[in-house]
Amino acid sequence: MRFPYTRSINIAEVEELRGARWREETGALLDAGCRLLALFALPGGAPDDARRSLCSLLCNDEDGGLHLLRSEPLSGYASLTPQYPQAHLFERELHERSGVMPAGHPWFKPVRFNAPWSDTERRPGPAENDFFRVEGPEIHEVAVGPVHAGIIEPGHFRFQCLGETVLHLEICLGFQHRGAEDLFLSAAPRRRVALAECFAGDSSIAHATAYCTALERLAGVVAPPRARLIRRAALELERLANHIGDLGAIGGDTGFLPTSAWNGRIRGDVLNTTAVLCGNRFGRNLLCPGGVRQDLSADECADASARLQAAYRDARAAVDVMLASPSVRDRLEGVCAVSPETARSLGLVGMAARACGLPADVRFTHPLGPDPQEAAAPVVEHGGDVLARTLVRSRELDVSTRQVEADLKALAAEHPSPVQAELPDRLPPLHLAVGLVEGWRGEVCHLLMTDATGRPAFFKAVDPSFHNWQGVAMALRGQQISDFPLCNKSFNLSYCGFDL
Amino acid sequence: MFRIIAERFRQKYRTVNYPRVDPALPARYLGVPRLRAVDCGSCTACARVCPSGAISPRPEGGPQLDMGRCLFCGACRDVCPQEAVSFSRDHRVAAFNRDDLLISPEKPFAGIGEPQRDFSLYARSLSLREVSAAGCNACEADTNVLGTLTYDLGRFGISFVASPRHADGLLVTGPVSRNMRAALLDTYAAIAEPKLVIAVGSCAVSGGLFQPSPECGDGVPARLPVDLFVPGCPPSPWSILDALLAVSGRRNKR
Repeated sequence: MRFPYTRSINIAEVEELRGARWREETGALLDAGCRLLALFALPGGAPDDARRSLCSLLCNDEDGGLHLLRSEPLSGYASLTPQYPQAHLFERELHERSGVMPAGHPWFKPVRFNAPWSDTERRPGPAENDFFRVEGPEIHEVAVGPVHAGIIEPGHFRFQCLGETVLHLEICLGFQHRGAEDLFLSAAPRRRVALAECFAGDSSIAHATAYCTALERLAGVVAPPRARLIRRAALELERLANHIGDLGAIGGDTGFLPTSAWNGRIRGDVLNTTAVLCGNRFGRNLLCPGGVRQDLSADECADASARLQAAYRDARAAVDVMLASPSVRDRLEGVCAVSPETARSLGLVGMAARACGLPADVRFTHPLGPDPQEAAAPVVEHGGDVLARTLVRSRELDVSTRQVEADLKALAAEHPSPVQAELPDRLPPLHLAVGLVEGWRGEVCHLLMTDATGRPAFFKAVDPSFHNWQGVAMALRGQQISDFPLCNKSFNLSYCGFDL
Repeated sequence: MFRIIAERFRQKYRTVNYPRVDPALPARYLGVPRLRAVDCGSCTACARVCPSGAISPRPEGGPQLDMGRCLFCGACRDVCPQEAVSFSRDHRVAAFNRDDLLISPEKPFAGIGEPQRDFSLYARSLSLREVSAAGCNACEADTNVLGTLTYDLGRFGISFVASPRHADGLLVTGPVSRNMRAALLDTYAAIAEPKLVIAVGSCAVSGGLFQPSPECGDGVPARLPVDLFVPGCPPSPWSILDALLAVSGRRNKR
């Protein structure tokens, strides 16, 4: 069933597709160019019945429409992954969460090593399993993680190498699994925004906005214009801070230390600008369902704007110096490239997809409100390599700064008006709504559904990292193992956003 | 080459002369909580809005607060009809003893307190191994940032090292998921004695927001003896730096 992305739909009105039709129609939409946003089993069903009603949520970037396809209760179906690689992790997750078997899945393993129906006494932890192995007298295997050398999140990487060349990389995550989705549903409503802010700590604003938006769409409420501007300014500040940090980290891994040193400091200046809005450098406590918790005065807007202008000037110059260096460009160009075809088939999103020439950006295809945007089109580069991912970030510095400045200017000029809309006490029963937000890595998707009494009964969060980790593995194929740190930084994906 | 040097001059010297000079914190920053003795009666407004269950009102004497659980969001301050909760702008929120983070009107936060053992060994050099155990990357980022030139951790003789074999201790962030527990304990076991443990962020201190999840627990497991607690979600980098300086004994040399 097709529905506009800004609306909620009544689950009871969605047809239960019989037999193989659910799989066929999902495949037909993917063939038609739709992207898979989520795959999940509806809650409910008798405890002794292994069958579950499956749902696929797809989006059409051409017209912004969403499609929800629902199956009759099934215990298994023919896996989508052989034909549609973007379903790969979704199907593994679906089985781990619900027990429904995607028969014929080519690489069937746990995702978060938390299956509730497996042995809970001594369940195997992440990476305590077999990996894809290349055999041969000259082949060697490199295992990295979960604890890495720097201050970063844990994950396990298994390389199959022939000399310096990586033939295959398998990425095994799950160490960061906190049971966030289940906790989110069982938690008191007051906890939920704070939890969403911690799904991926560097994307607090994106996840909080996605949750609040899904809830508002479910309630049929729209955040006031002033709140939308504050949210957008914070979201773009989050993008700026992370892009600046990543550009510095790419400089560091390239051996170009001036930009590495400067950007570490400038990133902090942008985080401190976010703290002007809400007191917290990561934007915690800024949002609430219906709007934002606190308004901004004209003086605060002027303060934030002045800080941002100074930070932008320094960042622009620091990055330009780096990109003007022939040795840096030589190190970045042609390294760890992903072709547009691979990007499309893996379903890459956000900045990583835009570096492969795909105009993937939900700010343009699924805008959060009617407010005009500074940019007319997504920032796209075509190389698919580390250089392209660097250049997308570099160009987005300009666009996002313009956007924040315009929003702060508008906020300072306007007369104060409400920044919170009232939410109704009861949500419509058996309805489902989706919040789609373009975070700095890519689209964050939150899906919220109510039960027959109007209480939230199902929640799903999809971080852009869930789509993109497979891109890192493919980017490294045939490359030097020494390119891995640089390649990994150029994607800079979230571990806890994936593990939840 | 000349362009890089010219840019170097334009970017200026940016290291803050901490701890001699206090850092500039944003106007909305919330530091050490302050509680006032009021008669809460049957009012439970603060407990009803607290996202992490950190605050509990008492019929007499005013609210009690566990800073180790607190996210410093200010929701309790905003709803208290008697204005019993306020937040100072003091970023020095760390404590050597977990009990010191439990505060009430009659027992306000008394500062970092005394270490449980002698840390003079670390006065000139302190090497730490950081382990993120289901941290959301905010505490990690605000720990990592201490290496940047604003804070310049190296000038205090403190560094983060790649191997536990090179470390004097462990700095843990995150609520310690079931899936990360073994790796954390292995890392601790690989550090030579004597060793210290620092818990950074409300997740590591108490489990924080994730404490009710069956996949997490009460933060750093009891098998690791924690020497220093730095609450916050995430703590300001200045709070973390202040705590590290306390270990190396450089905190009071103003």
